[in-house]
Amino acid sequence: MRLAVLLLPSVAYLLVMFVFPFAYGVLLSLAPGARGLSLANYLAFFLDPWQARTIWVTASIAVPNTVVTVLLALIVAYSMRRGIRGERTITAALVLPIALGTVLVAEGINGFYGPKGWLNQALVGLGVPELPRLTHNYTGVMIALFVQHFPFCFLMLLGYISGIDPALEASARVLGAGAWAVFRRVMWPLIAPGVAIAGALVFVMNFGVFPSAVLVGQPAGATRTIAIAAYQQAFEHSDMSMASAIAVVMGGCQLAGLALILVLRRRMAGTGVATMGAGKR
Amino acid sequence: MVTSLAFRLTKRFGAKIVLDDLALEVRGREFVTFLGPSGCGKSTALNLLAGLLPPTAGEIRLDGVRIDGLPPERRGFGMVFQNYALFPHLTVGANVAFGLAVRGLAKAELAPRVRRMLELVRLAGLEDRYPGQLSGGQQQRVAIARALAVEPRLLLLDEPLSNLDAKLRLEMRGEIKRLHAELGLTSIYVTHDQTEALSLSDRIVVLRDGRVVQAGPPAEIHDRPRTLFVADFMGYRNAFPVTVSSAEGDTVVGHARDVTLRGLGVVALAPGTAAVAVVRPEDVEVAPEPAGANVVRGTVRFTEYLGREHGVEVVLGTGQTLMARLPRPVTVGSALALRLPPERVVILPAEDGAR
Ligand SMILES: Nc1ncnc2c1ncn2[C@@H]1O[C@H](COP(=O)(O)OP(=O)(O)O)[C@@H](O)[C@H]1O
Ligand SMILES: [Mg+2]
Repeated sequence: MRLAVLLLPSVAYLLVMFVFPFAYGVLLSLAPGARGLSLANYLAFFLDPWQARTIWVTASIAVPNTVVTVLLALIVAYSMRRGIRGERTITAALVLPIALGTVLVAEGINGFYGPKGWLNQALVGLGVPELPRLTHNYTGVMIALFVQHFPFCFLMLLGYISGIDPALEASARVLGAGAWAVFRRVMWPLIAPGVAIAGALVFVMNFGVFPSAVLVGQPAGATRTIAIAAYQQAFEHSDMSMASAIAVVMGGCQLAGLALILVLRRRMAGTGVATMGAGKR
Repeated sequence: MVTSLAFRLTKRFGAKIVLDDLALEVRGREFVTFLGPSGCGKSTALNLLAGLLPPTAGEIRLDGVRIDGLPPERRGFGMVFQNYALFPHLTVGANVAFGLAVRGLAKAELAPRVRRMLELVRLAGLEDRYPGQLSGGQQQRVAIARALAVEPRLLLLDEPLSNLDAKLRLEMRGEIKRLHAELGLTSIYVTHDQTEALSLSDRIVVLRDGRVVQAGPPAEIHDRPRTLFVADFMGYRNAFPVTVSSAEGDTVVGHARDVTLRGLGVVALAPGTAAVAVVRPEDVEVAPEPAGANVVRGTVRFTEYLGREHGVEVVLGTGQTLMARLPRPVTVGSALALRLPPERVVILPAEDGAR
């Protein structure tokens, strides 16, 4: 009873902040034109190739970007696990994109990678005949998402990896394990849960990509992601019900991605590759 | 079988010299202990030997062959850490098998060897547990079994008992001694605990600020400390500044204002030099007569019941305090004459800044 009372504030908070808007959105998506519940919105979405393909477009950005971001963050964080010179400076520099926010980062990317950006001007100076097109297309969005999510993923993994007792690695080395065996047999099993969580979060953030897809992508074509589709329904066609349906589809895709990551992680645990948490005894 | 390990190592972290030309030769089957206070460089020395840290200067030779260029995984040593450092995601069996598995031993060969190692440390049957399910003492046994499974050329132990409670510590001390002898190991053990060092070692190397201050068999370190630092570490808690009046062979006589103390001279002392006479509380006894050679008088300030004996703090006429362990109780405030047996008093040069 006491417990129930103590839990009340947080339950109320969750209800007001998350459950209610979510339930409201789902309900809204099922009620086009207020003629009782119907799946018409969902049918319309999946039957319209222009809309349905946003799932594929978004996934083709989100999945490879998640893999690359997590992999690179893992490599860099792992190699920095025992600290390096200038670590504070590097960390501060990496936090900057998070602090600046999506829009400023996108502006910066346009300024640097854009058609008349610093990079291309430098290439012209070097006499490169054909300039790469790095913004307002798929590549632009990939760069923007990487710049935003790499620091986040890196810091998360670095925290996770540096929490592992260095004596574990030392004893593995003395027992005869080379660098790869140390990673494979000791460090990876302990890091894997952290990698799964970081990967899941990056994937969810990537799948919801919106400002970057607009500002440095090609929002009418190659990078018309599912978030853009939902936005257009809501604010260009003023169809909140359809927009909600698209948002629910987006949420479903994100959940599917999370489930896949968790299943992969279970699989690895099952084969004994990954079990347990971080290196806390 | 290793027949000799010789090293000479210097390690600096930035400007800080942690090991200052630490040189030692260890024979095969020897049990050597590095003894010293926290921060004197004991762990650093072991890490250098294991190859986990690069030395700033120096070399390590195993049977005459230089090994300081080898990475840790190619030295063939075993190491036991203070916090056990067991792999939390592996079972006890897999932990013990780790060194053999990375050497590419077949699965079928692993199981019997793991079983044998666990029998050796008296943990047979716990193969399938995880480290988190074991007590501290059991974890340390697994760590020892894991280190021994690879038949190490040299076993390094970094304060392996300091996380255990007193009873387990005693038990594990015996185990380590037994394993060392039974398996014919060559071991280097690190501790700040003099009792551990005395009970385990063939030779104790006392370190201070990365330098050897004294090395020798336990009895020598215990009975013939060469500096005040070693004496303090070995439990000579009473110290009296004296002036050397005479020194003949092993016997030195020193005098203070109202007392003459005869004791053992471990290092040469010229008459007239400032010295310090040290004695352990355990060696102080109640004087049979109130005056005489090596007798001091004072007033009991504090007593403490210790079971077998009574701890006593006596304030001498000079204002100095003397600690003693006496077989019979005395009352606080009473006058007491105590004898410092000459064969148990050591007279050392005073210049050492340890006190
Ligand atoms: N990585 C390091 N960087 C700087 N100083 C260190 C490092 N490791 C150890 N030290 C210093 O070296 C000294 C010896 O450390 P250590 O070998 O751990 O001592 P012990 O094991 O005898 O307690 C200590 O003063 C410690 O602060
Ligand atoms: Mg230490």
